[in-house]
Amino acid sequence: MGNHKKILLANVHHKDQHTIAGYESRGGYKTIKKVLGMDPLKVIDEVKTSGLRGRGGAGFPTGTKWGFVPRNSGKPVYLLQNADESEPGTFKDRVLLERDPHLCIEGMLISAWALQSNWSCVYIRGEYSYPYVRLNEAIKEAYAKGYLGDNIFGTGFSHHMVIHRGAGAYICGEETGLIESLEGKKGQPRLKPPFPAVVGVYGCPTVVNNTETLAALPWIMENGGAAYKAIGTEKSTGTKLISASGNINKPGVYEIDLGYPLLKFIEEECGGIAGGRKLKAVIPGGSSVPVLRADELEGVTLDYESLQKAGSLLGSGGFMVLDDTVDMVEVAVNLAHFYSHESCGQCTPCREGGHWIEKILNRIKDGYGREQDLKLIESICKQIGGHTICTFGEALITPALSCIKKFPQEFTDKIKEAILSGRKPEEYRHQAGH
Amino acid sequence: MKLSEKAEKRIAEILPKYPDKKSAVMPALYIAQEEMGYVTSESVNWVAEKVGLSPVHVMEVATFYTMFYKKPVGKYHFQVCRTLSCALRGAKKITDHIADRLGTETNEVTADGMWSYEEVECLGSCGTAPMCQLNDVYFENLTIEKIDELMKKVAADKPDLRFSTVKDSLGEGLPKEPRSQVI
Repeated sequence: MGNHKKILLANVHHKDQHTIAGYESRGGYKTIKKVLGMDPLKVIDEVKTSGLRGRGGAGFPTGTKWGFVPRNSGKPVYLLQNADESEPGTFKDRVLLERDPHLCIEGMLISAWALQSNWSCVYIRGEYSYPYVRLNEAIKEAYAKGYLGDNIFGTGFSHHMVIHRGAGAYICGEETGLIESLEGKKGQPRLKPPFPAVVGVYGCPTVVNNTETLAALPWIMENGGAAYKAIGTEKSTGTKLISASGNINKPGVYEIDLGYPLLKFIEEECGGIAGGRKLKAVIPGGSSVPVLRADELEGVTLDYESLQKAGSLLGSGGFMVLDDTVDMVEVAVNLAHFYSHESCGQCTPCREGGHWIEKILNRIKDGYGREQDLKLIESICKQIGGHTICTFGEALITPALSCIKKFPQEFTDKIKEAILSGRKPEEYRHQAGH
Repeated sequence: MKLSEKAEKRIAEILPKYPDKKSAVMPALYIAQEEMGYVTSESVNWVAEKVGLSPVHVMEVATFYTMFYKKPVGKYHFQVCRTLSCALRGAKKITDHIADRLGTETNEVTADGMWSYEEVECLGSCGTAPMCQLNDVYFENLTIEKIDELMKKVAADKPDLRFSTVKDSLGEGLPKEPRSQVI
């Protein structure tokens, strides 16, 4: 097992960590007291020094994102915590919200001070009732102690925080979709620019940060940006939560130093492949990143650069492991269904194309494939990618394209079998529920 | 129309928390839904009035989000995750078993009004797959036996598993579900 630094999960094992007493007994809210006496621009500099990057999936440098917020625009600055956690394979923020909610609040306060924001909102996915309860209690406790509200610690700084429940739409994890949803509308993403840092929620400058990103801030401000930068690799600094799931012996949420070898992670942390079977493929960063075959993993490390070089992405760290019994056509169908279901319906290529891809893949899976089907899927994908308002279009085509590209034979075998069988594709009727 | 005093109280507490009360459309829909079991046309009007939007706007929101039900569901509504991580660990067997036990189609309510089920997309509990949600409570690392035990217990005790009643002592008296492993 790697000797990883514990920054985010340092205290989650303590039974009372979710209470303010438990959190404070382990040094909680100590850092914010210090930070509130600092020049806010210095806080931003410290975060820039740390090299911290957005942990929701995009990996954009957090300090830089904050730097885009105009100062003295005359409008209030709003801060939103993205706890929508809807990327399939990702369940890390839930652990933080359930077990260390005050860490998320303290992180929010640090960010709020840096941005001089007096109002923030945690946008939490609707299904997360238990994390909601924990976070809601924590916010109440923080208000009762005067850590939230008006004149925090007598500094004259005020900050109010609300939790907003989503209602089952994946797209609300996209920051402008989230903003639209919070404004009381359908969560359909906005065209950028303008970026939320300039025109966000209620037309005001807005920063949207992932829960895990915010949770790293107390440690960074306590120990310094340079100390954080010393962990991980040069460009992928610090630690990252990896949500490990699929055909492994020990699924769960792991905090690793970025740059940790991927195969070692599967073998040691995840306890290897379940049932003594063999590794077939990994989807390392949530369902919208390209799949990697087992033979492509040698020397790959878990960080932004290495995974990109290998042809995939670190994304949200939703690490899904597939063993050698898994049928890649089924995987492609499963994810195509997800994306066609979750399209917000705003852009035609995504709304229509997603369903076409799913239908064709289903037909292949059910033994009615046609020779031209894979070319057709490729052509539909080409018309979706880059032709939509948000990146959902790319997310939608990636699983289909990468499954076909990496495991072409599984698709062509099914199609060949269908052609030889003499089954007529035009007679195929997709059965609901598959 | 009027909802219960409790609902009126809940919405009155929520409205001032937002810089713009239109933001409260989703919380208001949740409150109405808990009261009525699903989003009725009357409750759409109630929400519209509370948050200052037109009923058609509220309806648009209600139909966009899957967690607002447009027709009644069972008193106990299973939502079984079907996305990849759960599928890899046997989610289909769990759904099939529930369907067999209930003898109903997806989203069809049993004659006694007690049960319904549907397959849903990733619920963010992939480390404890397969899993489902029964009303607003998660049940994880599911087996067919666990589903049977859960249904038996729920039928006998009729616990309140709605969101607003979810407490820190979550799932008390129900088959214990281990939380995600954290290392």
